[in-house]
Amino acid sequence: MFQNQVLDEYRKDIGQKLLFGLSAVTLLTLLTIYAILNGPVKLTYTEMYSVFTGQIVSGTAYNIIWNIRLPQVLTAVVAGAGLAISGAAMQSVLKNPLASPFTLGISHAAAFGASCSIVLLGTGTTYSTGAVVLDNPYITSLSAFTCSLFSTAVILALAKLKKATPEIMILAGIALGSLFTAGTSAIQYFAEDTQIASVIFWQFGDVSKTTWNELGIISLFVIPVSIWFAYNSWNYNALNSGDDTAKSLGVDVDKLRIRAMIGASFVSALIVSLVGIIGFVGLVVPHMVRKMIGGNEMLLLPVSCLMGSLLLLASDTVARNIISPQVLPVGIITSFLGAPLFIYLIIKGREYW
Amino acid sequence: MKINIEGLEFSYNGKPTLKNMNLKVGKGEFLSIIGPNGSGKTTFLKCMNKILTPKQGSILIDKYDLNKLHREDIAKLVGYIPQAERGAFPTSVFDTVLMGRKPHMKWIPSSKDLEIVSDVIDMMDLSSFSMKNINELSGGQRQKVIIARALAQQPRILLLDEPTSSLDLKHQLEVLEITREQANNDVTVVMSVHDLNLAARYSDKILMMKDGEIFHGGGTDILTPENIEPVYGVSVDVKRDSDQIWIMPKKIACK
Ligand SMILES: Nc1ncnc2c1ncn2[C@@H]1O[C@H](COP(=O)(O)OP(=O)(O)OP(=O)(O)O)[C@@H](O)[C@H]1O
Ligand SMILES: [Mg+2]
Repeated sequence: MFQNQVLDEYRKDIGQKLLFGLSAVTLLTLLTIYAILNGPVKLTYTEMYSVFTGQIVSGTAYNIIWNIRLPQVLTAVVAGAGLAISGAAMQSVLKNPLASPFTLGISHAAAFGASCSIVLLGTGTTYSTGAVVLDNPYITSLSAFTCSLFSTAVILALAKLKKATPEIMILAGIALGSLFTAGTSAIQYFAEDTQIASVIFWQFGDVSKTTWNELGIISLFVIPVSIWFAYNSWNYNALNSGDDTAKSLGVDVDKLRIRAMIGASFVSALIVSLVGIIGFVGLVVPHMVRKMIGGNEMLLLPVSCLMGSLLLLASDTVARNIISPQVLPVGIITSFLGAPLFIYLIIKGREYW
Repeated sequence: MKINIEGLEFSYNGKPTLKNMNLKVGKGEFLSIIGPNGSGKTTFLKCMNKILTPKQGSILIDKYDLNKLHREDIAKLVGYIPQAERGAFPTSVFDTVLMGRKPHMKWIPSSKDLEIVSDVIDMMDLSSFSMKNINELSGGQRQKVIIARALAQQPRILLLDEPTSSLDLKHQLEVLEITREQANNDVTVVMSVHDLNLAARYSDKILMMKDGEIFHGGGTDILTPENIEPVYGVSVDVKRDSDQIWIMPKKIACK
């Protein structure tokens, strides 16, 4: 029967996509284990097993796993997921493939906030040994976070004042982004060399900066916001067909758009303030996923989370092992790894723009 | 459901676009709105499901005030087919039609939702490309997908904004037959249309609009040369068979 054929095709298609998601979960699990075992100091699987089962409660392996690798690996997983889903949600509600925490000026604002704090409040210094130390990372992060939120608030206020159209939000974001970049440059111009070093050091996205506490703070927001995005996936689907159609399907368009922007900005601002600037993940991961499994938000959003985690964790693992014992900040690698991958997908993947 | 509109006024940025509109449409009635480009047909339809909020006047759906209904509840009752639509990111035909079930479903579509969708896809003859991206379809095929979405919504009122504008001869008739069928099943239909012959053939009632005002309204018998010429500025011949009206444009009338 014809009718069953339509349904069968649909079920088969969904099945394949779920399988893809499942493979991503498996891959992420394996990569997590690999990332815990590898680094400047190699650990064995048995050591890891003993640490996790509580057979070893002290010593090098224990310290490396609990105090260094695990927080770092989990930060990569959570931050990657948070950046990717924020990017996906922003692109959907703004109906623009170029929307991301980076393009909307959130990273620039965070960098400005951090610079202010480091230079004006003196929360960072470089010692003559060459080691860069941020004396008070929390104040720096708080200042970065405040600036990002301020920037978001200005964008949303402008949108509310005029009309909450995607174009206004994107243009305002770009304008604010360059304003904050100018501000950062101005501050750096008057800063001392050691302070500039701290500012630059802060900007390198690096998931090894975080402790369990900070990981906890990030997770506390990334997880519920992601669930909330996924819960709204049909609303975003409807929005994709245009504001009028979405309204006719029962979506309160303006409210949905503003709330999604607040959620996505908040999460990305939090991540950037604690981890530093990690470009690319928020912009590119959603596109990769769209090219691999199509645009249905119900799958796009969760799979973006997974792919974001995968990309950031893979990048971080490469960063820790590529020129061992030197460790690179992951922000550099995401772009090195992501850009060719993305170009490959542009050439090979399904087309939609 | 009945629609009852009284004293409706609408302005775009202070520019009055709809003036003193009054309209009654009965349950299961098929109303066609005709009028020249820019006369306000789309605007009027958008007011009827709160895409636009009029500055004055009242719209009642049965006994409910449209203004006081929640969007989600309106979406369960009123289906809307826009004049033109282009998504930002592509979706498959199936997913697009499934969107019509959105007002009725929770997070995951039920098997009943999926069945309704596949039935509608079948009825609209879209089965052969149900998993294709809508951006890869022809204009007419896409228009049919959008109509299918509104049908999957199973509304009590169907608003159609020039649903046949990109369809070929056969599909025009097919879509209007399906729409007529809906009206026969007590769905109230309001459609804007440029083809007067189609309007005459399928509608119960005609509403003629000009410059944001109702010029005339009534049965299909109001489609006379005396009414059409002042609205469109075109002189026409109108022929009547026993149950069919033919309207043939002659020439552009001098102003
Ligand atoms: N978003 C808008 N902002 C400002 N003015 C608008 C807007 N949309 C339509 N108008 C104006 O309102 C008037 C009515 O437009 P509307 O789209 O309702 O006409 P229509 O009868 O549907 O025309 P058509 O047959 O071309 O579809 C026109 O003069 C148009 O220029
Ligand atoms: Mg129109």
